[in-house]
Amino acid sequence: MDEQTLDAIIARYEDPSGRLLGILGDIQDQEGHIPRESLAMLAEKLDVRLSQLYSLATFYSYFSLTPVGDHVITVCMGTACHVKGAPEILQALEEMLGIQRDTSEDGKFCITTDDKKFTLEIARCFGACSMAPVLRVDGNLYGYATKEDLPGILSEYGWKP
Amino acid sequence: MKIRTEADLISVRQAGLQKLQPGKPRIAVGLATCGIAVGGNRVYERLREIIGKEGLDITLVKTGCIGYCKEEPLVNITLPGNPLVILHKVTEADAEEIIKQVRKGKVPAKKAQCRVPAWDHVTGCTIEYGKGFPKIPLYEKVPFFKGQKKVILRNAGLINPEDIDEYIAVGGYAAAHRALTGMGPDAILSEVEKSGLRGRGGAGFPTGQKWRITRDEKADKKYIICNADEGDPGAYMNRNEMESDPHMLIEGMIIGAYAMGAEDGLIYIRAEYPLAIERLKIAIAQAREYGILGKDIFGTGFSFDIGIAKGAGAFVCGESTALVASIEGRTGRPHPRPPRLTDIGGGLFGYPTDLNNVETWCNVPVIITNGSGWYAKIGSKGNTGTKVFSLVGKVDRVGLVEVPLGTTLGTIVSEIGNGGANNKRVKAVQTGGPSGGCIPARLFDTPVDYESLNKAGSIMGSGGIVVMDEDTDMVDIARYFINFATGESCGKCVPCREGLKHTLLLLNRIMAKKGTKKDLETLALLSDTIVATSLCGLGQTAPNPVLTTLAYFKEEYDALVKP
Repeated sequence: MDEQTLDAIIARYEDPSGRLLGILGDIQDQEGHIPRESLAMLAEKLDVRLSQLYSLATFYSYFSLTPVGDHVITVCMGTACHVKGAPEILQALEEMLGIQRDTSEDGKFCITTDDKKFTLEIARCFGACSMAPVLRVDGNLYGYATKEDLPGILSEYGWKP
Repeated sequence: MKIRTEADLISVRQAGLQKLQPGKPRIAVGLATCGIAVGGNRVYERLREIIGKEGLDITLVKTGCIGYCKEEPLVNITLPGNPLVILHKVTEADAEEIIKQVRKGKVPAKKAQCRVPAWDHVTGCTIEYGKGFPKIPLYEKVPFFKGQKKVILRNAGLINPEDIDEYIAVGGYAAAHRALTGMGPDAILSEVEKSGLRGRGGAGFPTGQKWRITRDEKADKKYIICNADEGDPGAYMNRNEMESDPHMLIEGMIIGAYAMGAEDGLIYIRAEYPLAIERLKIAIAQAREYGILGKDIFGTGFSFDIGIAKGAGAFVCGESTALVASIEGRTGRPHPRPPRLTDIGGGLFGYPTDLNNVETWCNVPVIITNGSGWYAKIGSKGNTGTKVFSLVGKVDRVGLVEVPLGTTLGTIVSEIGNGGANNKRVKAVQTGGPSGGCIPARLFDTPVDYESLNKAGSIMGSGGIVVMDEDTDMVDIARYFINFATGESCGKCVPCREGLKHTLLLLNRIMAKKGTKKDLETLALLSDTIVATSLCGLGQTAPNPVLTTLAYFKEEYDALVKP
């Protein structure tokens, strides 16, 4: 993220209330993760310690320090999704993408395929419980998901068996 | 234009009514997050395309969600002089037929779910749509709607949430106008106290009392905050309230701010709700334009404005001191109370702060409009008003259900929800999210009120009701919640951080069939210790799913362990 873009994001937050999380959230939304250089630049511009920003970026699950792939698949692990089979959906996705379950350095479930095409992550709850189980790919929600639906959904994003 | 007098409000109301009943066909597509996800936006785009291409004189608008999520996408049609008709399970392929029928003065009969000849918006406005379409069932005959009482969801799915005029048309902002121009802060406080309204975030603290404490605190600045973090997995009523009727929340906050003498309001909302954030921003901008937010509201000299602070996914931030830390730009770690938020030194940036849940604020306008006496008659003694529940999981009719407090679990799950999906037997419900517990089907005559749910070992929480059927493994459910709470523990106090971790290890061992009877004893003892010694509400309530499943479904644990 260049300096100009970061300045524009900072300018959106005049009020101190919600400022730091708001700025970090906007960086996350724009880049798909929070780059280390952006954190350092932000620390300097706002005159806050880098360690404080780092603690925020690792404490809150919305932020990720790891770069993500071209498409981000998020599986909702809310209660309604859990009882309706989210764990099986997640497992099927891991198999389809050929990735091993692991947690990234900041302790969050977020894995990217070797070809950097897909990132698989989990969410606590989208609040779309009526159509459980739910997954999201790049901001598009897919409800009533079954294992059988997954190849069709992923092929929309260039997945090949 | 700035609204100042009652006459100003009435003239906007007239303009709004013209939009709701434009004297020509009006088609409204339910476009809350859930409606969009199942194809509502494709229906909307297709309708817009046809109407545009053929240059038809038909109004097309977006609405929120009426709550019957199972039947989405939902579309409603108003033809002049006829009942409003709700169509269900509409796809883009149905768009041509809808337009064809509407041009003939009809509605597609096969898609029609029910008709609404007149709708009481509760805030002093009943819209008469008209008679006709006798073959389409009446709204109140639809089993899902029959047992419900819509007070908070009175406008949801019917008005356009992105148009303040439609909210004003159905009686919106009349309560705020009356409160600011005709009632003093004391009269408002006393109405809210007498209404018996209790906090809808789950703890059930009397709202009027909290407001009075904040008001009585002497400080040169005060904050009011709306908690819209809705972190409980399985709960989404706040999302729908904000997506479908954002002005209701804003109006409640204005009235509260005036009563407490606060000029600064904040909505702390989870970043996972982008549509709710967008609609709130639109609503706030529209309210400012009418002089309902900002300086000199309604020309009274009172100033108040609302900002939005985004959360970033931390369940513990539902705890008041952690929430404030988060807004201040710190990690959300609770501190012991006192000082409470309402105390000087305890609130946001040290100022006295009142914190209420979305739905608590949403109750305020209707209390002021209809009076505390009217409100207190709804529900049961000590538990007044209605509550919105998200009825989800393995239940046949999933959706948002609004009922008077004191309604039994059985009525909600069996009558409104029609029992288990796919004819399965319902085994239990889980209420209150990770802080709540599992209540077995044999206790479904339990009235849903704060005290009765506590007695059953669970809590009201923010209103999630997740249904479990005969296939659900209750030990797995307990492990699910402990896994959640372990991940969300902020790590500050030992009982929560270490205790939950070891609870999870025990549950993993039991589920791997490597546990013993002794492990079950340890599990119960550890749970009691965490409840008794944790610093904040997260830790104090996190073992509830284990304790309730141990109490009600012990046989499932016993079947897994060696003697």
